[in-house]
Parts: sequence; structure tokens; C-alpha cells
Amino acid sequence: MTSTSEATPTRGAVQVYALALGDDALIASHRVAEWIAHAPQIEEDVALGNIALDLLGQARLLLQYAGSLADPPRTEDDLAYFRDERAFRNVSLVERPNGDFAVTMARLLLFSAYQLELYTRLTASADPVLASIAAKAVKEVEYHRDHARQWTLRLGDGTPESHLRMQTAVDAEWPWSAELFAGGWIAADVLAAGIAVDPAQLEAPVLEWVRGTVAEATLAEPQAGAAVSSGREGRHTEAMGFLLAEMQHLARSHPGATW
Amino acid sequence: MSASTTGADLWEVFVRPRRGLAHVHAGSIHAADAEMALRNARDVFTRRQEGVSIWVVPSAAVSATSPDEQDSFFDPAADKAYRHPTFYEVPDDLHL
Repeated sequence: MTSTSEATPTRGAVQVYALALGDDALIASHRVAEWIAHAPQIEEDVALGNIALDLLGQARLLLQYAGSLADPPRTEDDLAYFRDERAFRNVSLVERPNGDFAVTMARLLLFSAYQLELYTRLTASADPVLASIAAKAVKEVEYHRDHARQWTLRLGDGTPESHLRMQTAVDAEWPWSAELFAGGWIAADVLAAGIAVDPAQLEAPVLEWVRGTVAEATLAEPQAGAAVSSGREGRHTEAMGFLLAEMQHLARSHPGATW
Repeated sequence: MSASTTGADLWEVFVRPRRGLAHVHAGSIHAADAEMALRNARDVFTRRQEGVSIWVVPSAAVSATSPDEQDSFFDPAADKAYRHPTFYEVPDDLHL
């Protein structure tokens, strides 16, 4: 916004914002990558591999940036592999266990719809690094959203078995999307300076799009209220520790190892 | 159309590498319908910017020559050298 010291958010506050967005992408990437070699078709293996790598690329850029704002600076690998569970800021939605393919598609439907609205607005961020990361990512997540939509339509409006599974998945994942739209964890000056996007603005467009897809897929919107989650504060679900154990094991067992 | 064990049909994929070039057969993929076939083809065959346009065609819609007919279809052309335009003298001024 301005360069006066009082109006400029602290590096730490911007760091927390970049870290949370990066952790969302990193943990979502890990869960999608768990499908590789287990997808229904080999073609879907490749599609999910592409999506996981897109998310990992976003995570790398965001964590590199967050690390550069830390004092002393930390690398992307420090942040991904040598932080403990309580230091991760991702929403609970992305760490939830995979379940069946419908669960992964329901989660991708919600998460990619959120990411598309977020990154579209973040391209206008007052922070040039965040704006350029968002500009690169926005086309990627548009494709992720389309992929999730295509499968949701086919599974929802498919056989009685696929309809049941898709409905069960939407019912289970939708309540966890509420945390995506909560902005209390973002420092007020980061929002006021136009660096961060207020997540509350995203709720209406994201849910409108998801509702449209769910209805077109002959599925019902779940009646359950929002799930109580506190991933943004570092308090995660039971699944997170197991995920980190697998994701971090190699780097911690062989510190400094390279290809 | 021949369905695979995953309930997905086979599609032939044609990719156009650049504007001005023709679509070229790239391979085949499985998909439940044409829209998914285009997306699967995108993910399998254009990951490294190999194309600007994709066609998919149900494999069952392709009529192909049979290997059994190879002799009658193709061999007779082997000794028809006069079909090649190699008997014309090219004028010196013409640069090809």
C-alpha cells in the first residue's frame, strides 16, 4: 500500500500467510500423490500425477518465499521436512485420509474451487511475489477444478454404486471446507495492505460453483454444519502425524541427501 | 466398442504440434467418453508442450488394413518405379 513504516506489515505476518498457502498446497499434493499406481486407470494415474506436481510446484514457490522472510532464512526443504506438526498451517481438509476415489474427487472439487477463486484475486496482490506465484498457478488449478468436476458429474450421475459413493464423499468432505473461508488467522495489516485475500470473500463464489456442480451431478448438498477444525493454528487431525511421518521420513533419516 | 476391464473404451489420439501442421497420431488411451478422452490425452501426450490441438477418435471407428492383406495392398507398388517422379530433367535454373 504505502511505504510508511506503520502501514507496512511485518515480514513475519506476510510469512505466516505465505506459509499457510504453501502448506495447503504441499499437504494436498502429498495426498493426491498417494494415489499414483493405485488410480482406477493408468490414464488417471498420469492425471493425478500432473495435479500433484502442479500443487507441489505451488508449494515450493510459496515455501521458498516464506522461508526467505524468516529470520534467519530457511529453505523450502527446511520448512517441508524439518517442521513438526504444530508448525504446519494447512487446513484440515487437505490432510484428511484418502478413502476411495470419490473422496479424493470431492476434496479436489472443494479445494480447487477455493484455490481458483483465491489465486485469481491474489494476482492483484500488493506483494509482487505472491501476485506472480498466483498468476502461474491460476491456470493449473482451473484444470484441477475441471478434472474434479468431470469425475463428480460422471460418478454422481453414474451407477447406483458410484452415486452412493460420490454422495457419501461430498457429505464427508464439504463440512471441512468451512475452514478455507475463515480469515481470523491473517494479520489485519496484511489484509489492509492488499497483500492477502480475505478468505471470507471467497465463500460465496466457491460454494455457488460447487453447488452447481453437485446439483448437475444429481447429488444433494449435505445438511451438516461446518466441521470444527483448527489447522490454521497448527492443531491438526489425527491423520496429520501419519502423513508427516511418511512425507518427512526420508529427509530426516538422511539429512542433506541429494539425487 | 471393446470395453476394457475398467469399463473404459479405447480412443486413438491425434495431436497437432503447431499451428499449420497436421494432426499426427500420438497413441491411444482409455476413457469412458469423449470429454474424458480429451482430458486423458492432454495429460498423457501434451505434458511437455507437444501440442496445440487434440483429436480423439473411438478406436472402434477406425477401419484398418489387415496384415493378411499386406501383399496385395502394398507389394505391387514395389516394382513400379515409373510412379516416382524421377524421370524428369530438372532445369538448372530451378532451385528445389
